[in-house]
Amino acid sequence: MSAVAKPAADVPALRPSVRGASRVAPAAAAQAPVFRAERLTIRYGDFAAVREVTLDVPPRQVTAIIGPSGCGKSTLLRAMNRMNDFIPKVRVEGALRFHNQNIYASDCDPVDLRRRVGMVFQKPNPFPKTIFNNVAWGARINGYRGNLVELVERSLQRAALWDEVKDKLHQSALALSGGQQQRLCIARAVALEPEVLLMDEPCSALDPIATARIEDLIEQLKSLFTVVLVTHNMQQAARASDRTAFMYMGELVEVDETRTLFTNPSNPRTEDYITGRFG
Amino acid sequence: MSAAPADALFEPRIDARRRRSRLFAGACVAVAAFTMTVLAVLLIDIAHDGWPYLTRSFLTRYPSVLDPKSGGMLSGIAGSIWIVGLTALLAVPIGVGAALWLEEYAPQNRLTRFIRLNIANLAGVPSIVYGILGLAIFVRWLHLGRSVAAGALTMTLLVLPVVIIASREALAAVPNSIRQAAYALGATRWQTVRSHVLPAALPGIMTGVILSLSRAIGETAPLIMLGALTYVAFVPGGALSDYPSGAGGLLEWTQTALTDQFTAMPIQVFNWTSQPQKDFHDLAAAGIMALLGALLTMNAVAIGIRAWSQRTRT
Repeated sequence: MSAVAKPAADVPALRPSVRGASRVAPAAAAQAPVFRAERLTIRYGDFAAVREVTLDVPPRQVTAIIGPSGCGKSTLLRAMNRMNDFIPKVRVEGALRFHNQNIYASDCDPVDLRRRVGMVFQKPNPFPKTIFNNVAWGARINGYRGNLVELVERSLQRAALWDEVKDKLHQSALALSGGQQQRLCIARAVALEPEVLLMDEPCSALDPIATARIEDLIEQLKSLFTVVLVTHNMQQAARASDRTAFMYMGELVEVDETRTLFTNPSNPRTEDYITGRFG
Repeated sequence: MSAAPADALFEPRIDARRRRSRLFAGACVAVAAFTMTVLAVLLIDIAHDGWPYLTRSFLTRYPSVLDPKSGGMLSGIAGSIWIVGLTALLAVPIGVGAALWLEEYAPQNRLTRFIRLNIANLAGVPSIVYGILGLAIFVRWLHLGRSVAAGALTMTLLVLPVVIIASREALAAVPNSIRQAAYALGATRWQTVRSHVLPAALPGIMTGVILSLSRAIGETAPLIMLGALTYVAFVPGGALSDYPSGAGGLLEWTQTALTDQFTAMPIQVFNWTSQPQKDFHDLAAAGIMALLGALLTMNAVAIGIRAWSQRTRT
């Protein structure tokens, strides 16, 4: 009660960089893209990993990015929460807009961006802490003022992990199986109530059963979050996504509704790739 | 035309390979046994000579120049505690901080490569050189005199490279995926380091601290170079009960102690061994036992802290 009654000055204000971004898109703007890449080029030294990519990511959908190894799909994904910043000699040209805010502009704070754009990595990487603290840590450091216990339960439920771990919340997360660890990583990301979940080949280290569970989970999560999924598994893209972008040699070859792209691709290179002629 | 069956091209010689494997294991055991035997012989020899002298009063009495039987090593023990304690207080935060900067913050460029290389070089500099450095900088230039403060500062310089190198290696061994996980949750660099990187690196850092403080308690040469005394009949600062009680008295006591002259356990041992009488040599053996005891106690405490920090990490 008191938390609500307190003056607004107490509430940590959003950084100016993202204040313009509305948390829930109004109905009229429902289709305004969450992310918009405009002629985005990302170089590692002299090598251009992503070349002149222009792409919209619509809200509350799963957008898959497919393509052979080294095509730049992970680089593009990691640009969306500026995780590429940690790679030395990375240079970005063009614009990558998150709700009209260029996240590579100098006034964008990547720390604030990453709370709003969560990420799940290729290999499950839980912290060597308890299950509870894995989920609670992100909320704590971001000044979460609600009930942590409720947040942890809700997040684990959203990640379809609650029933399996509710009796061992204070045991080490490292004792979980690989698939459980990956769902814990999803719960950890979801706990921050991000707008977007970036998933970088989240199933490539998992067995088919765990993979199926994660794919089911993605299907449920897209009602709450915008999901961008990088995968080298075309079946996964076909099963789990609404829109699919095909990248090749750093370029965006084609982006379309997943069904259209897989049944009636307009670019011959897309057709070659999805029919297994290369890649 | 017909190639030999593929299997015929292999000559596994399993028995010979097994023999070689057993031979190597045997060699390892022999080397380990040799080391342990040498150590055991040393310890037994020292214990044989020193045990009769190692009494409670030996630890609580000041040394005597005239009568070995009534000599003790209180001033050496007190001096060593002050030196090692202050060295730990200075070297751990500075060393770990430097390692953190080098591993987590510093850009990879020519300057930082140069710094890294030179820290590794500094670890190999003979301790007497640090003694000369300490004499020039702390004793003469900063006018600290032959004091506890000068000794501790010199020891800090001596052990810093070891602390930095061990901490850097411990930090570098923390998997990057942990850092990425933290950053992806909107953590700042400090939050990432504080909550995940440092706790994961702590066991390795503690190992480096143990090694360096063990070195600090055993080093003699730099302290002799500084002009630490070989015969001291007082403890740094004197008795705390001589000061007014409360924070003011504690501060005054500390200030006095820092500026007092001192001796240390290894210097005391060195002094006794250079006396002609046999009794003093046995006293030195007792001093070595006390020194080893202090060393082992210190290591046990550090290992205890390490184990405790690992248990409470979650």
